[in-house]
Amino acid sequence: MLKRVHFNKKLLPFLLVAPQIVITLVFFMWPAGQALYQSFLIEDAFGLSSEFVWFENFQYLWHDKVYLDTFWRTAVFSTLVAVLAMSIALILAGFAERVIKGAGAYRTLLIWPYAVAPVLAGALWVFMFNPTLGIFPFLLDKIDIDWNHYLNGTQAMGLVVAAAAWKQIAYNFLFYLAAMQSIPKSIVEAAAIDGAGPLRRFWTLTLPLVSPTTFFLLVINIVYAFFDTFGIIHAVTQGGPANSTTILVYKVFSDGFVGLDLGGSAAQSVVLMFIVIVMTVVQFRYVEKKVEY
Amino acid sequence: MVENRPVLTFITHAVLILGVIMIALPIWITFVAASHEDIRMTQAPIPMLPGGYFWENFKRTLFGSGLAGNEITPVWRMLLNSLVMALAIAGGKIAISLLSAFAIVYFKFPFRMGFFWMIFMTLMLPVEVRILPTFEVVANLGMLNSYWGLSIPLIASATATFMFRQVFLTIPDEMLESARIDGAGPMRFFWDILIPLSRTNIAALFVILFIFGWNQYLWPLLITTDSDMTTIVVSIKQMLEAAEQSPQWNIIMMTAMLAMLPPILVVIAMQKLFVQGLTETDK
Repeated sequence: MLKRVHFNKKLLPFLLVAPQIVITLVFFMWPAGQALYQSFLIEDAFGLSSEFVWFENFQYLWHDKVYLDTFWRTAVFSTLVAVLAMSIALILAGFAERVIKGAGAYRTLLIWPYAVAPVLAGALWVFMFNPTLGIFPFLLDKIDIDWNHYLNGTQAMGLVVAAAAWKQIAYNFLFYLAAMQSIPKSIVEAAAIDGAGPLRRFWTLTLPLVSPTTFFLLVINIVYAFFDTFGIIHAVTQGGPANSTTILVYKVFSDGFVGLDLGGSAAQSVVLMFIVIVMTVVQFRYVEKKVEY
Repeated sequence: MVENRPVLTFITHAVLILGVIMIALPIWITFVAASHEDIRMTQAPIPMLPGGYFWENFKRTLFGSGLAGNEITPVWRMLLNSLVMALAIAGGKIAISLLSAFAIVYFKFPFRMGFFWMIFMTLMLPVEVRILPTFEVVANLGMLNSYWGLSIPLIASATATFMFRQVFLTIPDEMLESARIDGAGPMRFFWDILIPLSRTNIAALFVILFIFGWNQYLWPLLITTDSDMTTIVVSIKQMLEAAEQSPQWNIIMMTAMLAMLPPILVVIAMQKLFVQGLTETDK
């Protein structure tokens, strides 16, 4: 932690940490504390007075069917995004790892969606699937599928999952490729000499050897699906139709800024904070140790 | 390659090309849509091959009023806002993190570990979960609709501090000893030895943070009520809403292209630094 050789100044270190500490206190600790405090309050309808109600907001959430549905929907959404984005990335990385000529070109062409903002990814996908103009509804119409994600909740969910996964493939691909490239060549060659074909080697060698990366990516992808997909949902469906694509972070936003239910929104924020903290701890505990195989 | 299997090599390239097409398809459709005239974009199905209006749309979008009948800020102004915000976030975060990592690694002072843990806590909470109270703080400080309000609240995060702490810990103690013998004070050591030694880490982090800053959405959406301060990424959403009345998809898609071009260029041009930055900050 501290260098064996270090400086002994009285004032200078405080000046050095001051900018970060001030910003952290003002824009981080104070708002987080406020969120915690507000989650114990109920405001009246006009926002004139508020009452301290301990855990009533949380109890309310616990019994609120809409909120519990949102919770469940978020779980389904993030699982779908993670599984889709990770499995496609794994397949692409598995093939890209074999390529000798043009490997760099493939990598460049596969990683750039990382740089696309979520809301832009949403805009591109909503344009492709625009019910009246989009190219995909036109094609789907030919096989008698009527596409309208403004009316059909399942289709809306499918669209946001596709857009979210599309954007995340790049990230997963990079990490899988790096993990596969660090597998010692001698192990792979030994397996080949023993007669294991490419598919067998992928299942019994590559997959177990990249399992720490899989675990790491699982946490990252779930965090991504929980929070960073806000822009996608806001651009594509705005949580609709009939809340069918409202996930937790979207509900915090819509209850707080649109519905102006400050206490309820703050309580949801606190629940989200708790989820993030648990995931961070899980990641630190297990990723540091590496998954055993 | 371990063995030579022509069929497998063929399949490999086929799958990868399919992957590239799948990844690139949305961008292709965007590009095509941005190169047609208004009237063509109202007829289904939309074209799959580029038309001849690319430059005209480009000029209309960048300098003109953009969407007809809409009082909207010119796109160049929003690009400028995005650029300022992204640079401020990247530069600011790197500056404060370098200083605090230096203090934590190279100085012994009271509450050192307290500060460290306070910074560590910020690692865990993304801005989305504390959005409402942060908005109130920024509003009370009178920073709505300003570059300060756009950038500073997003600077408060620990990832960069952690990375620099790791980098500084790998720098051998002899560096400091010899610098001291030569009579260098702490700040001299910081400027002339630590900064040059961590140059590539700084560059890699800058690439990641630039993309992070450019792509911010929820925060600028909330705190910019003045349309002159809107960022390009936020404007897309407003255009999509306007599209429900008058669908000028060619202009919208041109704006979308302009909005994603800078970060994509950064990723492609500085791929090595980008990959390094990505793997270092997250692991």
